[in-house]
Amino acid sequence: MTQKKALLLDITVCIGCNACQAGCKAENKLPDNEEKYLSLTAYTALSEYNGKFVRRMCQHCEVPTCASVCPVGALEKTAAGPVTYDAGKCIGCRYCLQACPFHVPRYEWKSTKPRIQKCNFCVSRLTRGLQTACAEACPTGATKFGDRDALLLEAQKRIDGTPGKYVTRIYGQEDVGGTSMLYLSPVPFEQLGFDTHLGSTPMPLLTHQAMEKIPSVVTVGAVMLAGIWWITNRRSEVQQHEGPNHDATSTNRDAK
Amino acid sequence: MKSLALPRITVWRTIAVLLITAGAIAAIARFTLGLGATTNLTDEFPWGLWIGFDFLGIGLAAAGFTIVAAVHLFHADDYEPIVRPAILTAFIGYMLVVLVLVIDLGRPDHFWHPLVMWNPHSVMFEITWCVILYTTVLSLEFAPIVLEKFHMHAPIRWIHNFSLPFMILGVLLSTLHQSSFGSLYLIVPNRLHPLWYSPLLPVMFFISCIASGVSMVILETLILSRNGRKLLPMTLRANLAKITAVALAVYLVVRFQDLLGRGGWQYMSTLTYHSIAFWAEILIGFVIPLVLLLFPRVRNSRQGLYTATLMVLTGFAANRMNTAITGMEHWPNRTYFPSTIEVLIMLGIAAIGFSAFYLISSYFPIFADAPEPAPLPDEPWTRILHHEA
Repeated sequence: MTQKKALLLDITVCIGCNACQAGCKAENKLPDNEEKYLSLTAYTALSEYNGKFVRRMCQHCEVPTCASVCPVGALEKTAAGPVTYDAGKCIGCRYCLQACPFHVPRYEWKSTKPRIQKCNFCVSRLTRGLQTACAEACPTGATKFGDRDALLLEAQKRIDGTPGKYVTRIYGQEDVGGTSMLYLSPVPFEQLGFDTHLGSTPMPLLTHQAMEKIPSVVTVGAVMLAGIWWITNRRSEVQQHEGPNHDATSTNRDAK
Repeated sequence: MKSLALPRITVWRTIAVLLITAGAIAAIARFTLGLGATTNLTDEFPWGLWIGFDFLGIGLAAAGFTIVAAVHLFHADDYEPIVRPAILTAFIGYMLVVLVLVIDLGRPDHFWHPLVMWNPHSVMFEITWCVILYTTVLSLEFAPIVLEKFHMHAPIRWIHNFSLPFMILGVLLSTLHQSSFGSLYLIVPNRLHPLWYSPLLPVMFFISCIASGVSMVILETLILSRNGRKLLPMTLRANLAKITAVALAVYLVVRFQDLLGRGGWQYMSTLTYHSIAFWAEILIGFVIPLVLLLFPRVRNSRQGLYTATLMVLTGFAANRMNTAITGMEHWPNRTYFPSTIEVLIMLGIAAIGFSAFYLISSYFPIFADAPEPAPLPDEPWTRILHHEA
């Protein structure tokens, strides 16, 4: 069985050289200008906070919100880790843009046949056994590619090994049920623009709690409605038979 | 023989033609130029006015399933005369929503994909299927009216044989997707403002659609009986108003209990953009009409009912628009105001709806004073639809 792949992003090591974005753009044949924000032509971007750099990109969640909301299954979590997108299926409802807890997908608003654009975790490189283009381009090891389990162990080791260097939290280990992007930070994550209130429950479960009631609503509802129909129908039948002046409840016995 | 004279030009007809023409031009622009050039939707605000309008259309169309359930399933036979106007309202409502959805989709040419590409975990998928199936049920409920006009009685009998299961199916499908519109937002607790986000969104969407659906029926009977046409006795209309009041009361209890239980007081009691929108919605759409409808004097007066039902519908619209737009806004990164083209398309489609109701109700036997069709043989379910008074 293939191990789930992940990236370990160590903010203390990142020097903000933007090689990750350049490598990503080259791999995905995107225009090679430097961009500060995620866009249709930047699947990853560096945000700077007082000399610290944070890589933004699709987090490739373990239980992806986007894939759960997509009505046609155009977004899919693959066994190896990447959340992939199939533009051929997409109907353009944009529920993924609305629901993504990390505000990642970008939409081709200008096109008359629009698609979404986001990091694809170099899915084709992964199938060839290669690491992602950004990890390969990173000169300092701030972006490290590997198996998710192994990277989590390593992240914990880095936290334990140098007390005070990191906050004792791996962002992405449990957030929204876990992601493939694991961040280590020297300062509390909220100071670096991370949403630390997302919780560890996968977002799709929120919908699930409502959706799982559908079968019982249908069966109980159908029986109830048919029952009410039968009772009220019987009552009007009896009423018709007995004449309108009779009280339907008292004549129920006599009608038999 | 119909006269070939041109239809009379009236103010309303002129307005309708203008709105529909403007909407059609706006729609052409949207399809040729794309969503980006013609709407104010962005990556941060991907759903806007049109989604709100969908909620509204579907909510008003709740008239259909509530009245069908009351008359045909619960045998409240006295309300028979309003079944057809209610079904027509629902039918038109759903058609308009389908039209808006196709315009709203980024790839309208892929609209059929959910039929063959399934993701049962998606609320959107469930809604798509419910809307498709319920529109089919509505066409079957509506078909006899058309067939009657052309004296085709064999297919009417055929449809009547299946009418009970169809009606039950229709009520269930409506229940499911009326609530599912609320479920759409269950997955965005981090984006939707706490005054509107709730795990009970589906329940609240369902309760409020009953209030708005019944209000819509009351309003229709008021408007349609303006020229002295006897549609529904005053007492029955007053009873419908009572149902609305009950739905409003239940809604308020559920909404406030839920909000206060989850610490909503801090958002309600501070003066913000969101709290103003919240209180406007709650007072205009729920509290004031509820108080009004408690008075028999209001329930028994045309003026009173006009006021109360219009308030309910306004508040309902505000609730849906607040859920879809206001509650999703977050100053300063995430704000939205619809573009002219978005507004024109919405108005054009609303005008199509009103015109369709007017045209269909003038050409087909929608009202009780229409001629009765040929008598039907006494089959079990035909009796449900044609009572001997």
